[in-house]
Amino acid sequence: MEKKMYRTAILETLAAEMERDPNVVLLGEDIVGGMGTPGGPEAIGGIWKTTEGLFGRFGADRVIDTPISESAIIGAAAGLALSGKRPVAELMFADFVGVCMDQIWNQIAKFRYMFGGKSRCPVVIRMAYGAGRNASAQHSQSVHQMLTGMPGLKVVMPTTPADAKGLLAQAIRDDDPVIFLEHKTLYATKGNVPDGEYLVPFGHARLTRAGTDVTLVSFGLMLGYCEQAADLLAAEGIGCDVIDLRTTSPLDEEAILDSVEVTGRLVVVDEAPPRCNIATDIISLVCAKAFVALKAPPVAVTPPHTPVPFARELEAAYLPSPEKIAAAARKTLSWK
Amino acid sequence: MQLSREALLRAYRQMKLIREFEERLHVEIMTGEIAGFTHLYSGQEAVAVGVCEHLTADDKIISTHRGHGHCLAKGVEVKGMMKEIWGSREGTCKGKGGSMHIASEEHGMLGANGIVGAGAPIAVGAAIAAKLNGKGGVSITFSGDGACNQGTTFEAMNFAVVTKAPCIFIFENNHYSEHTGYEYAVGTSGDIASRAEAFGMKVWRGDGTDFMSVYDTMRDVLEYVRAGHGPASVEFDTERFFGHFEGDPQRYRADGELDRIRAERDCLRKFRDSVTGAGLLSHTELDSLDAEILDLIQSAVDDARAAERPTAEDVLTDVYISY
Ligand SMILES: Cc1ncc(C[n+]2csc(CCOP(=O)(O)OP(=O)(O)O)c2C)c(N)n1
Ligand SMILES: [Mg+2]
Repeated sequence: MEKKMYRTAILETLAAEMERDPNVVLLGEDIVGGMGTPGGPEAIGGIWKTTEGLFGRFGADRVIDTPISESAIIGAAAGLALSGKRPVAELMFADFVGVCMDQIWNQIAKFRYMFGGKSRCPVVIRMAYGAGRNASAQHSQSVHQMLTGMPGLKVVMPTTPADAKGLLAQAIRDDDPVIFLEHKTLYATKGNVPDGEYLVPFGHARLTRAGTDVTLVSFGLMLGYCEQAADLLAAEGIGCDVIDLRTTSPLDEEAILDSVEVTGRLVVVDEAPPRCNIATDIISLVCAKAFVALKAPPVAVTPPHTPVPFARELEAAYLPSPEKIAAAARKTLSWK
Repeated sequence: MQLSREALLRAYRQMKLIREFEERLHVEIMTGEIAGFTHLYSGQEAVAVGVCEHLTADDKIISTHRGHGHCLAKGVEVKGMMKEIWGSREGTCKGKGGSMHIASEEHGMLGANGIVGAGAPIAVGAAIAAKLNGKGGVSITFSGDGACNQGTTFEAMNFAVVTKAPCIFIFENNHYSEHTGYEYAVGTSGDIASRAEAFGMKVWRGDGTDFMSVYDTMRDVLEYVRAGHGPASVEFDTERFFGHFEGDPQRYRADGELDRIRAERDCLRKFRDSVTGAGLLSHTELDSLDAEILDLIQSAVDDARAAERPTAEDVLTDVYISY
């Protein structure tokens, strides 16, 4: 066990999986960085530093630096997968799913079912998502609510470096298409990462702390905010269950319901806009399946129904915060 | 065709304004005061200005993530832009868009755009609207050597050809898309104009570091498009003097490349040498313009620093519903 950065866990897992399985192929824009320049391949090595050095190790056939052509990248990943390869495609920013949505939604997601189980499409699409870097409306979005709603896709959102490793290895070995969402503010965060082979199965949430008063559910950047909120609340004598979903599809319903059975109070924090998101989804689940256990109406903490704004003050006001989460938890406790 | 003194002074002023705007931002960004991603246009000024000096308010342009130069060249106000980049609520877009998303309808500037390749189809729509309006307006999309590989660009070119839309596809080939060389990413051996030609358009090529080359080329292009012949395309060979975004270590460049392009391919230096050499303008008048522009940039920065900051309530405006 060693402390590593989130981005390092991703890089090392890509390398280990490529080593293990010669069918694993990477493709994406600037993932080599420097192709066709005086500085040469790997002069830069990917803007997120998650693919650095892989071109030198595995060569141009398996680490494919692509032109700026997201539809062709994701379409080619589909073709590779239908031909027995295990492509890991990178979208530099999750916002660019807008450019290649047909290949994701009408193609990759549907093949297995539409072809009556006669085809497999084991594509992993990695993408950097989320706000927090003042990258404005087209480089800051959370796209998971849209993708979680699409049958055929699995949607994975690691919060810690250990989960980045375990979930990515699982994603690459999975026979279904997997959307792998990396929060851009987490790349430089550090945590213990297990050595050697480490797989985290999908659909198993992680209880990061236990308490009996309120259940806080989230993932990604917002999970850290929930932890901070739980600290604030602990100082007031309020104990929280904090649940990191890890995957939004499949969803670990049991972990959520078990917790709410004990606490009777639920706060779900989602970085996506407020309509039809993971928070509304989980709240409806709990209302339907744990209605009797509820002691107060569940609360969703989300940004407002607007695009992500640019200025520091605006983005800070837009995003949920530990304070807003703590306030939501208090609201469930004071409800009569 | 020889330009008047006034036209030459104006062209120089516009290019210098863009240059100093960007050079100042390069310095200011290091202090950490400016948030987000900023892509500077230094080195490419002759393209934006050589194109936009021909345009009227009826003509539309659409830009890219590297949009400051196009905005300034189309007349968007310097101070409003600086405030926008600073994230002030007094900025061109109230601090909601920032560097990558400056737009100004009144100037026919349909927006800088963070999605590479998004501009071309939008420009075709604007061109069709111009045709419907019947006032001879055109629509211009600026794209990079990277954006030319996006399917949207291909679709837009074909669409414009079949609808004979008065649309001009300007490709600014600055040799890099982020950290990738154009000869690697553009499969026609790096030749972008030949693609546009293959879509059935008339194409031109020009030196994007030479204002006169751009300006003269664009006179012909605009004459052709305004005459109703349909779309056209121009590839300008140019240089970007800074990194892809501020903070880019630029290890993909050759040793001494930045010094070389600043020495040999600087549109401002070339312009000054040529107009003073030909006795059209004097160093003294250009120097005084330089000083005037530096003052303007200083006051734009001072104003941006002092400008009103946005508040939490501003998050909920300009959208149809507030929850
Ligand atoms: C759809 C999409 N893909 C990728 C990016 C990331 N990106 C931003 S700018 C850029 C390079 C663009 O290169 P080019 O078109 O040559 O323009 P330049 O930066 O040279 O002005 C890339 C890959 C993006 N913003 N949008
Ligand atoms: Mg370029």
